[in-house]
Amino acid sequence: MNNNETLIPLLGVVTDIRTETPDVKTFRVNAVGGGKVFEHIPGQCAFLSIPGVGEALFSITSSPTNKEFMEFSIKRCGCVTTWLHEMEVGQMVTIRGPYGNGFPVDTELKGKDLLFIAGGIGLAPVRSVINYVRAHREDYGHIDIVYGSRSKEDLVFYDEIVNEWIGEKDCDVHLTIDREQDNWDGHVGFVPNYVKELGLRNTSTAVLCGPPIMIKFTLAGLKEIGFKDEQVYTTLELRMKCGVGKCGRCNVGDKFVCKDGPVFRFDQLDKMPSEY
Amino acid sequence: MQQAIIAKAKELLANGSVNRVIGWKKGEFSYDITPDVFTTAEAIDADFVYDDFCGANVSKFLMKISKGEGKTLAFLKPCDSYSFAQLLKEHRIDREKVYVVGIPCDGKADINKIRENGIDGVLSIKEDGSNYVIDTLYGEKTIAKADVYAERCVNCKSKKHVDVDEMLGEEGDVIASNRFEMVEKIEAMSSEEKYEFWKNELSRCIRCNACRNVCPACTCENCVFDNPNSDINNKAAANSFEENMYHIIRAFHVAGRCTDCGECSRVCPQNIPIHLLNRKIIKDVNELYGEYQAGADPDERYPLVNFTYGDCEPSVVYERGGDK
Amino acid sequence: MVKLSVSKLNDFFNLIASKEKLYIPVDTAEGAAFKPYEEGMKYSSACNTTRSAKDFFFPQVENLVNFKIKDKSIEVIDNRTDTEKFVIFGVRACDVASFDILDKVYLQDPVDSFYKNRRDNGTIITLACDRPQETCFCQSFGIDAANPAGDVSAWIVGDDICFNANNEKGEAVLEIAASLLSCSDESEVEVKKAEIKSILEKLPIKDISLDKISSKDLMENFNSPVWDEIFSPCLGCGTCTFVCPTCQCFDVREFKTNDGIIRFRCWDSCMYSDFTRMAHGNNRNSQKERFRQRFMHKLVYFPNNNDGVYGCVGCGRCLKSCPQSLNIVKVAKALGGKE
Repeated sequence: MNNNETLIPLLGVVTDIRTETPDVKTFRVNAVGGGKVFEHIPGQCAFLSIPGVGEALFSITSSPTNKEFMEFSIKRCGCVTTWLHEMEVGQMVTIRGPYGNGFPVDTELKGKDLLFIAGGIGLAPVRSVINYVRAHREDYGHIDIVYGSRSKEDLVFYDEIVNEWIGEKDCDVHLTIDREQDNWDGHVGFVPNYVKELGLRNTSTAVLCGPPIMIKFTLAGLKEIGFKDEQVYTTLELRMKCGVGKCGRCNVGDKFVCKDGPVFRFDQLDKMPSEY
Repeated sequence: MQQAIIAKAKELLANGSVNRVIGWKKGEFSYDITPDVFTTAEAIDADFVYDDFCGANVSKFLMKISKGEGKTLAFLKPCDSYSFAQLLKEHRIDREKVYVVGIPCDGKADINKIRENGIDGVLSIKEDGSNYVIDTLYGEKTIAKADVYAERCVNCKSKKHVDVDEMLGEEGDVIASNRFEMVEKIEAMSSEEKYEFWKNELSRCIRCNACRNVCPACTCENCVFDNPNSDINNKAAANSFEENMYHIIRAFHVAGRCTDCGECSRVCPQNIPIHLLNRKIIKDVNELYGEYQAGADPDERYPLVNFTYGDCEPSVVYERGGDK
Repeated sequence: MVKLSVSKLNDFFNLIASKEKLYIPVDTAEGAAFKPYEEGMKYSSACNTTRSAKDFFFPQVENLVNFKIKDKSIEVIDNRTDTEKFVIFGVRACDVASFDILDKVYLQDPVDSFYKNRRDNGTIITLACDRPQETCFCQSFGIDAANPAGDVSAWIVGDDICFNANNEKGEAVLEIAASLLSCSDESEVEVKKAEIKSILEKLPIKDISLDKISSKDLMENFNSPVWDEIFSPCLGCGTCTFVCPTCQCFDVREFKTNDGIIRFRCWDSCMYSDFTRMAHGNNRNSQKERFRQRFMHKLVYFPNNNDGVYGCVGCGRCLKSCPQSLNIVKVAKALGGKE
């Protein structure tokens, strides 16, 4: 994209809409003439907007190894997201990005055993990394994926997890839901406790994403089993308007989450005010 | 008076009848005084001040601070006490949690008026009878107090307090002021002149919201102009008409509740005489529903929420409207 | 260096205005304000304008892009045109220094083309301060009111005004008025500078304890008990932000018209309760946090990211405008700790 025109958006068209859970849909976005609007790295974000409704920042959930389209998994919770949930295939949207640093998939994560931990819609940014790692499987060690949600129906990407991730080479997938329910014979319980029970190797590099309360307790759990702050990555979400460190609202300490983040290691977050 | 106030504050803090004191804290210069909260005798000795530059109305601040544990002591000037009484009426302050000491006010000086009189680089200001002796970077200047009183003090409506627990000094009287003089001048203008007058004034607005945030009558938890669902919460105006609406809607919302304390005009960084909008409505209420002063009587219902058979009909807007 | 009789200043303005759009400070109902020059207008000798000069490059409202919507399709209409060339006369040393601070935000990669376009097309004629005010503390930031930067610097010396072009842009604008200008002796200006310096020496706010802030760790400043002690009178209005020459935060909003949608940006303030509010919550919920953010940004975060340059130029506008007389000087002194 043309960086000089960062506030002028490009156009995309929604070519597929998949209902993941009662309040999460995944939108496939292509450039108007087909193909991708732009390239990105896992963990980066883009602004989607419907003019007249508003603009909001979403993580790109598809992997950059997908050469045909980008995907955004979006939970309905505010003005823009509600509108997006009501739109139909063929709708144009404006899109600008990619923004942020992304996960260091080709540097710090490379060659490591990886532990992915996500709660609810927090799997959206993590999925981009997981699928990138799967596409470059030989570059990484063992994979553990711990994913929890309120109920079976609230597990996003369920089909992909079952059909693709579980069968992946040297990869263990651990699913959990908050409460017992019919047609579920898997683990029941919250993610932080499950992480402690699993007997995970504490030499892995962890990627953690979910609601703030889950992150807080899971991090504490990881530390109990021997993880250090330097081993754990997460991605932050704050209100943003420009995406390029100018509008000022995602400023936390001397960092701008849109530009210096959204991916941070916990040892970096420890040095920042806890305003996120 | 400052000595008496400080003594009273320290006495009530020491005997435990109040937990904190709202007053005025001295600044870098003689005039930049901040309304603040004091909890110890040491802090009061160090920074408490009461002089001609303590113009800030502390009643709305009291609304926030008195929510703290125990009692809050407030020193209220006559016009602050009207705002206080109005806030009580609207159940914004718990009367039991506040101890009010009325303090007299002979009018407050306006630093901007001192500057408008060509006195700049102000280093210190001393009272000398009916004058201020001002030490500046460019020599010593003397100016009559009366020449630099704030507009609201020149047109003071009352030296008498409402609803105080105790008075320091002499209680004053309600004053027959000329505060509607400027409103009358505007009323005498043609529609075009009025429009030009307000366009000139309101076009300077930068939507900093200082007038709203300081206003003791603006106490909504979430203002309509901050509510993203209201469709009018734009931080900038699309056109000058929209900008006018902010001030007009605000004036209507405080109609019948505005005590005419003048804080809106005091805080405006763009020097817009916002109080004139409120005064016009006060004057109209007086004429249409009988004399009424918001905050003066804690038990009286305000005319705009009190139906009587003698109320004017809506057609009054046609009878009184501008150029026919 | 060239000069002109102050009595001929309007002839100078007329010549400049005949070639480029000219703005000068004039006395208005809001105090001094920059206005488009019209023949005969008298320039204001006020030490500073009520609002800052940032409006020229970062206006309060500016349209970004328009959209037209038809069924499911969207048309993006980029209406931008080059800003016409303009000249600002009478910018003070503090304000011209604020442009350097705004540059660090807006010209940093990715460059903000809206801002850059105005910067490229604006020529700044600064004027040394004749009458510094008690609220001035530009010295704290290494700014010299006697030697203002800009494309052209000017000094009023007795009955004359002396100009010195600092770059090609400056030379070009003086060239427009060359017929009025005669060569000047620099020694007169040096005398004037010494005069200004002697006044600056007498200013009451000299030390605002900046080194006591910068010597502390970011988190130490952030967690200082001072914030609890000083924030409570803050009204949460945007006065300080909007009169500040270095406050650069903005919001992006949309306006629906009968003929499509206009997306614009406008000034915003970190003091406002909705600045960081999202559908799922707010990461700065209290006025204390918002108040702390504004001052931490100027005094700690910005210098951390910009080689120690503070996000303040000491113009004193917030000292004059804050409804509660809270301001960066009081905050810095409290945060730095009293002697």
